Amino acid sequence: MGVNPDISRRSYPPARVYEVGREKIAEFATAIGSTDPTHLDPEAARALGHPDVIAPPTFAIILAMRAESAVVQDPDAGIDYSRVVHGEQRFTHHRPIVAGDRLVATPSVDSVREAGGHGMVTTRVEITTESGEPVTTALSTIVVRGGS
Amino acid sequence: MGRPSFDAVSVGDTLPPRTFPIDRLSLVRYAGASGDFNVIHWNQRIARSVGLPDVIAHGMLTMATAARLVTDWAGDPAAVVDYGVRFTRPVVVPDDDRGAELEVAGVVSAKDDEARTVTVDLTATSVGEKVLGRAQAVVRLT
Repeated sequence: MGVNPDISRRSYPPARVYEVGREKIAEFATAIGSTDPTHLDPEAARALGHPDVIAPPTFAIILAMRAESAVVQDPDAGIDYSRVVHGEQRFTHHRPIVAGDRLVATPSVDSVREAGGHGMVTTRVEITTESGEPVTTALSTIVVRGGS
Repeated sequence: MGRPSFDAVSVGDTLPPRTFPIDRLSLVRYAGASGDFNVIHWNQRIARSVGLPDVIAHGMLTMATAARLVTDWAGDPAAVVDYGVRFTRPVVVPDDDRGAELEVAGVVSAKDDEARTVTVDLTATSVGEKVLGRAQAVVRLT
């Protein structure tokens, strides 16, 4: 059974609020091998005009993955997670993610299509502050491998 | 720090290429930091059982590592206002003392005078194979 095309354009409720911590940013930066002081040292970040340490450009994947699980786990979507491969990822940053941010990530499905016997599902996660200020838009395309 | 200014950057400029090591410890660390505990990134037995040659790196770790070429060049990670990639091949990470190597190169492919941004096209290869496709970062410079 393939992916249900009817989930295209469907919106899902936001994941619970994500509070961005300095130590989490430092942990993520270290895990990607970065020693950039703007991730580790609030003074270095402030020297570049940021209010506190900033997250690396792909940090938002933590919030995006949490939010997208609502789509993947939607029983109506027909997505077999054991067949899922990450196809594409894109982040558009309206402003950097900063320690202390309290962020809301709201997922929706942009498109569902078939290509070469595989299902391609593009999800959009809009990440905003609690008051609705846009922070990051994350677009993910997952490939649900067909066949048996 | 030698941050590049918008006016000093031209289409065709190259970013100094770099080689980044990725070993098994990198994968364990990234799994914990990101919350992505997919077993194919740390369990050789299961990775092989689903047809992979060995444990593979998280695509998102490859994406994040490639971005370091751009963020280190720009001098401020927040300069990256847009970043997208396609995952074309996995980075296979053997269980030895060396692990894998990710070679990353970048070239400025466009300039937007109004937004004061430049587009950097990235090439990421491991064992001679391209692992990312259409990898592009839009970088705001001052």
